[in-house]
Amino acid sequence: MAKKRMATVWLDGCSGCHMSFLDIDERLLTLAEIADLVYSPLVDAKVFPENVDVTLVEGAVSSEEDLHKIQMVRERTTVLVSLGDCAVTANVPGMRNPFSTKAVYERAYRENVTLNPGVPNEGVPRLLPQARPIHEFVTVDVFVPGCPPSADTIFYVVSELLAGRTPQVGSHTRFGA
Amino acid sequence: MTASANVKTFQINGRDYSARAEETILEVARQNGIFIPRLCELEGLSTVGACRLCLVEVKGSNRLLASCVTRVEEGMEVTTNSERLERYRRGIVELLFTERNHVCSVCVSNGHCELQFLSQKLDITHIHYPYRFPKAEVDASHGRFVIDHNRCILCNRCVRVCDEIEGAHTWDVMGRGIDARVITDLNQPWGTSDTCTSCGKCVHVCPTGALFEKGRSVAEMEKRRNFLPYLQLMRGDQNG
Amino acid sequence: MTREELEQIANTERQSQASTAQKLNVCVAAGCLSCQSQTVKEVLEKGVARRGLGERCAVKGVGCMGLCSEGALVSVDQNILYKRVLPADATDMLDALEAGRPPVERLVCPTNTPFFQRQKKIVLENSGVIDPERIEEYIAACGYTALVEALTELTPAEVIEQVTRSGLRGRGGAGYPTGLKWSTVAKAVGTQKFVICNADEGDPGAFMDRSVLESDPHRVLEGMLIAAYAVGASEGYIYVRAEYPLAIKRLKIAIRQAEKLGLLGSNICGTRFNFRVDLRLGAGAFVCGEETALIASIEGKRGAPRPRPPYPAMEGLLGEPTLINNVETFANIPPILRNGGEWFAAIGTEKSKGTKVFALAGRVQNTGLVEVPMGITLREMVFQIGGGVPDGKNFKAVQTGGPSGGCLPAECLDMPVDYESLARAGSIMGSGGMIIMDETSCMVDVAKYFMDFCMTESCGKCVPCRVGTYQMHRLLETITQLQAAPKDLALLEELCDLVKHTSLCGLGQSAPNPVLSTLRYFAEEYKAHIERNQCVAGVCGQEVHV
Repeated sequence: MAKKRMATVWLDGCSGCHMSFLDIDERLLTLAEIADLVYSPLVDAKVFPENVDVTLVEGAVSSEEDLHKIQMVRERTTVLVSLGDCAVTANVPGMRNPFSTKAVYERAYRENVTLNPGVPNEGVPRLLPQARPIHEFVTVDVFVPGCPPSADTIFYVVSELLAGRTPQVGSHTRFGA
Repeated sequence: MTASANVKTFQINGRDYSARAEETILEVARQNGIFIPRLCELEGLSTVGACRLCLVEVKGSNRLLASCVTRVEEGMEVTTNSERLERYRRGIVELLFTERNHVCSVCVSNGHCELQFLSQKLDITHIHYPYRFPKAEVDASHGRFVIDHNRCILCNRCVRVCDEIEGAHTWDVMGRGIDARVITDLNQPWGTSDTCTSCGKCVHVCPTGALFEKGRSVAEMEKRRNFLPYLQLMRGDQNG
Repeated sequence: MTREELEQIANTERQSQASTAQKLNVCVAAGCLSCQSQTVKEVLEKGVARRGLGERCAVKGVGCMGLCSEGALVSVDQNILYKRVLPADATDMLDALEAGRPPVERLVCPTNTPFFQRQKKIVLENSGVIDPERIEEYIAACGYTALVEALTELTPAEVIEQVTRSGLRGRGGAGYPTGLKWSTVAKAVGTQKFVICNADEGDPGAFMDRSVLESDPHRVLEGMLIAAYAVGASEGYIYVRAEYPLAIKRLKIAIRQAEKLGLLGSNICGTRFNFRVDLRLGAGAFVCGEETALIASIEGKRGAPRPRPPYPAMEGLLGEPTLINNVETFANIPPILRNGGEWFAAIGTEKSKGTKVFALAGRVQNTGLVEVPMGITLREMVFQIGGGVPDGKNFKAVQTGGPSGGCLPAECLDMPVDYESLARAGSIMGSGGMIIMDETSCMVDVAKYFMDFCMTESCGKCVPCRVGTYQMHRLLETITQLQAAPKDLALLEELCDLVKHTSLCGLGQSAPNPVLSTLRYFAEEYKAHIERNQCVAGVCGQEVHV
């Protein structure tokens, strides 16, 4: 049987979900036997490839680049997984939402900066008005809340999906877990 | 009224139960280990029927009834769980999540929160209504306690415990609809309240991390509620 | 006060009225007052005095004559109706009167039209006829005879029997049988009982209760007194919204007058029956029209509803048995007792008896207040009484029942107006607001308007209403901004179901109705907004709603 094609994507999040993914430790080898990691911050690929079977997405949709990425990911993925609270609820990145982007920029690039304060206008993607969960932009197939979801949860979800089954996520994790 | 007439026999989920006439469906369910979700009701406080999570189906009634305020009746046939009730309960919990800013991961009550617990119990893995992301205040003017309105679900337990048990009535509600919020005294900083006795009962009845003790970090705020039935019982004895 | 004394007051008043041959009745209800009717009245009074016509001509202020859109209205001897009268017109009117000439043609409002002919006035029988600030005039119009008869000749049970036989149903909206409510309160056990008149009329476009209170306040008092006697109450409250200052003023006058004549207070009509009435002013919360919220408000608490049961009939104000009826319901009581329950039951349809007062508003020729027998068709209401849609536009929908009601399309026009038919069609009778819309109205926009109303008026106590109305409103906003996706419509329908079936009180339970009814009859418009970014009525678009 051909190996499954798997990817992970990092949007507006702290990378904690990726760390938790790595925390599945030796079970990574089990996964490697049945799937190839074709795109991930953990591997070298620069362009999100076509025909991905399972993609885990960490982080909220926060910038124009995030939006562009998630739309492409959706087009090229069969099963899209919202991994972790940022992807599922906007979580901590969403805490800026009650404020205007202008206020956020000022805070981040002027008020809290001592060296060369100033809002960058190139090299940094423009913020969307709010950081919002992925499913508000594209259809999401599986939701895995948790901050981060435990390694066991991630392993369970991924193995089920790679085996072609629908994981029962609710009993394994919750918001803030 | 004779003692026997005061006892009602009825069914919950097809099984027979009996209870005193003044007991509510929710009380009987709890005594018998039948789970009915609720957020506004708390043993020892008056009931208001506001969260609507404890709605149950009663045969012969075309309306869903809040089990916390519905007394048992002879021959009543109650269903506490159905596909429809489940759907509504999920909807209500989801609406609560969209209303304010519930960021479980950084909340003092993470792991001890009734809203969070219910979301898992009802198998909610995401909120399919759009989040509101309102701007809500945090009042840390009190010496020992904090109210974070981002996490308030307007269950009114703080209002009731302060009024009914402590007798201070520091808490109340102001504003209408989506703008409603709990206030201390005449909408002034909690620390300036003349009526607050700093007893902390409001903190401990709060189902979420909206009310917490200063100095608690993420997931450290566990609530102690055992005092309520105890106080109720002792006062009942005094009055009786 | 005995029957003889009452008759004596009536006779004296009738004689004094008969002594002046001609009567100029100027409407001084809120609608016409806003068209300077007070000045018209003063100018007429001065004119009459200056011309020395005082002997044969009397000018007086009366209540609403119904055709509010044509105010100020002045009637002469009950057979000529002048419309759009300005103070400057007084001279011409008095000239014609003095010289015995035909009435001033440019001001004459024809009264042989369906608007006047199709009405049947029971609640409004004195409106536009008597001076609302004089109890004598009410008494001369058979006022308080029903009370005296009830107190002296009928047992409370017999009074309830008449009301039950009449088939009267609550006019506040839900249509609960009045007789049944009364007998429940009568049987309830309590140390004290209360009667509350709900005058917290809050539906947008509705002004039936205001008009009754401004035009004939004693009728409502008499109804309350009879109710109090029937159920055994000794105290009553009229909960009236503070936005009705004129109604409040006239109620206060009426209460004082009734007290003076011993019709209110202790040992009324020499019997052991005592009854006091107080006014309570609502501070503008729509939800306080809901009976349990209204009671909380009277008790000085936050105006939020509580779950029922227990119903107010068992545990109401201060935990005591309480009868709450709406203004129009009480206003129906005196004529029912005067003429008997059977008389009333002969009017209307099988399940909806009597008449109903409607406030016609919106895109219709004749806006104003009308009282029609139950069972009249919507078509008659809109096209005959209402005079049809003006400016050659096409009729689109009629909204009944306010924010809790629904929008009914042309295909429903031949439906009779009664509680059951309206409910079957997805609307409600409500308190009697009737807003007519033409093709320039967008039904999604209308639904959004009512949802905005419910959202702002939600008390915030229960979750589905507090958050659900917000979410529904947001979705409707997205649709009217022509930015919605098909899944938004599914979400909207899901929320309608949730809010309708899980909300605590009637406000939340009925808040989805304007959406549900427009989805039912105007689904195509929603589709056009969502799928084709198109608003047929040309109301919606991004530029309008920023």
